Amino acid sequence: MEFFIISMLNGLSYGLLLFMLSSGLTLIFSMMGVLNFAHASFYMLGAYIGYTVSRFTGFWPALLLAPLLVGALGALFERLCLRRVHKFGHVPELLITFGLSYVIIELVQLVWGRIALEFRPPPVLQGPLFTLVNDAAKGLSLLWGAAPAGLCSAAEAAARVVCSPFPATRGFMMLVALVMLGAVWLLLTRTRIGLVIQAALTHPEAVEALGHNVPRVFMMVFGAGSALAGLAGVIGGSTFLTEPAMAATVGSVIFVVVVVGGMGSLSGAFLASVLIGVLQTFAVAFDYSLATLAQHLGLNLGPAAMNNSYVKLTLAQIAPILPYLFLVLILIFRPRGLLGKREG
Amino acid sequence: MNIRGKTHYEFKPLNVARWLIWSLFALVLAAMPLLFNSGLAITVLSQMGIAIIACLSYNMLLGQGGMLSFGHAVYTGLGAFLAMHALNSIGGGLPLPVSLVPLVGGLAGIGFAVLFGYVSTRKSGTTFAMITLGLGELVFALSLMIPEFFGGEGGVSGNRVVGPVRAGISFGPPVQVYYLIALYTFLAVAAMYAFTRTPLGRMLNAVRDNPERVEFVGYNTRMIRYIAFILAGFFAGIAGGLGALNFEIVTAEVVGAGRSGAYLLFTFLGGATFFFGPIIGGVLMVLAFVLLSEFTKAWLLYLGLIFMFMVMYAPGGISSLIMMNLRLAAYGKLRQIWVSYLALGVCALVLLAGAGAMIEMVYHLQLGSAVGSQLHFLGVSLNAASFNSWFGAGFVLLTGLGLFELTRRQFLSEWSEIQESIEKEIKRQEAL
Repeated sequence: MEFFIISMLNGLSYGLLLFMLSSGLTLIFSMMGVLNFAHASFYMLGAYIGYTVSRFTGFWPALLLAPLLVGALGALFERLCLRRVHKFGHVPELLITFGLSYVIIELVQLVWGRIALEFRPPPVLQGPLFTLVNDAAKGLSLLWGAAPAGLCSAAEAAARVVCSPFPATRGFMMLVALVMLGAVWLLLTRTRIGLVIQAALTHPEAVEALGHNVPRVFMMVFGAGSALAGLAGVIGGSTFLTEPAMAATVGSVIFVVVVVGGMGSLSGAFLASVLIGVLQTFAVAFDYSLATLAQHLGLNLGPAAMNNSYVKLTLAQIAPILPYLFLVLILIFRPRGLLGKREG
Repeated sequence: MNIRGKTHYEFKPLNVARWLIWSLFALVLAAMPLLFNSGLAITVLSQMGIAIIACLSYNMLLGQGGMLSFGHAVYTGLGAFLAMHALNSIGGGLPLPVSLVPLVGGLAGIGFAVLFGYVSTRKSGTTFAMITLGLGELVFALSLMIPEFFGGEGGVSGNRVVGPVRAGISFGPPVQVYYLIALYTFLAVAAMYAFTRTPLGRMLNAVRDNPERVEFVGYNTRMIRYIAFILAGFFAGIAGGLGALNFEIVTAEVVGAGRSGAYLLFTFLGGATFFFGPIIGGVLMVLAFVLLSEFTKAWLLYLGLIFMFMVMYAPGGISSLIMMNLRLAAYGKLRQIWVSYLALGVCALVLLAGAGAMIEMVYHLQLGSAVGSQLHFLGVSLNAASFNSWFGAGFVLLTGLGLFELTRRQFLSEWSEIQESIEKEIKRQEAL
């Protein structure tokens, strides 16, 4: 039971991190029709800038400053490069962000080097947020913070006690993602600038005729999307690893999220990120393969079949390809995505 | 069709220009190893042939079909793996000449394109791009999971000197492999060019430009994309099979995202709008991978910057720049502008020298600090730790930037003036 709860929470927190990334991507896509290939690079940039800023100011100011810097860089890129190719159509727009992803990864290696950085969360966030204690005698209980050392180890063999800690960084990740989700939703639906953005999504000419500077709105949305990616980067970088490969590991998954959720659908992106996050986390935790499945079903396979590497592949081993398999299945059975509105 | 409507001279029954160009192409392919006969040159030339086929097959999707694929290496890579397995089973008694092994790769390319194309060509545009990206990641992740087929980390290796020797050709010496590759390159380029002239090739262009209207005419756009995807898979597989013969080893990185990205990058740099663009792209790709990466460690950064610059200022790639200047030459205007070209070139070189010196110094500090702070850049000795070197490089960079901007403005005004006069000339000829 406690295994299920902890895995579920881990999956949810990873899914919410994916959503922090895919929300910016979706916003930019639905507004400008540009799929920002460099979005994961902005995530990486957020982690690295956050690392550098945090060495001068500490973690908390960095959490605010790094996204702002990344957002400014994103807005600058939109102003100088993306706007220039806008008139050539969508393919060059995608291509220039593709080129940018190359440049950013090289620049990051140029400035910060090729090895992983030691980007630690602040002391408050180190250690567990709470510990689930499963006592064979007293049942399941929850302890805030770390469990006392004596509780988990001292018990004799008869009364089995299992402690499952949940890291505080993961909890913080969920908190930030939810706050961000709420803030973006409020901004889009309850404020004047949100109204202009929503209107510019569907009727840019009309909005322009009413006297709003639509290109500037585009620039702000691109900057805001990059800032969200930067925020996710600071949190993701301090929770996981800050290394040059971090853009590639998360990049292709967020594109899967955007397609699975339905291109341009924010709620679809939310659903898809949580689904993929939970799916991947649970898959990693299970060591089942076709061979163990056959054993459970009572089938007796020959030794040759049991040693076949396809049969021996465990669920944990195929976890990295699950998002892509999910993508293929969605495209076959529901081509517009989970919550997509239009056939693209 | 009246005489004046023709854009070029034709002598029936022979189209002289076409015969000339193709025989020249064959001649170049045949003569290159005689001109450059060192061991390095032969491998580089072989790789160029392979890259030309791969980039052209990629351009069947990008340039002709408007399909931006991020997973083209799947087809070249899987073709390479199957060709390698076919090569290894020749030793086990499979009655297949080594010279036909690339065709096995081609057939593998067709097979996988039939399979994956069914999913990816359901969509066009951005979604297509994302699906190909996902499929590419899928295949790459699988390649590390199934060591029986993909050989795990070490890859699959083979020996191309296998089977009976026919007419003294054992494919042992690299030159013999080069001529096999050259033959395949010539045939594949000719076949792909012929494809652009078929009704299917024309419909593919129509699907790229206006899919809605194609649907109204009564074609199934998805089917056209699917067939083109399969054909592109065939040629990609041939390129992969040739690569397997050339290197005699295939590792998992041939299906990786980096390779797919390189095809996209260089096809675009060469120019997707003209048929011969990807040929330039393929040649540049090998030059960059083999020579530029030797020259500087920061080559991917330069590549990315050049790519972004091209997307912004010359979205038609190098081939479109060539064609624009050919047009200028045809109207005899090249003479007016060559001074501006020269000035632009010199200023760009100054700018690049400054920027390059700074980038190299940062790289040197980052990577090679153990060797000391001295480095050589373009024959100048720089000290990455001293203020003077930085000041000098910055000065050169800023000077270059300023001069470049000045000449660029001058160039732009001259350029538009010439274009206007050419337009006028065309109008005048039409009125005659």
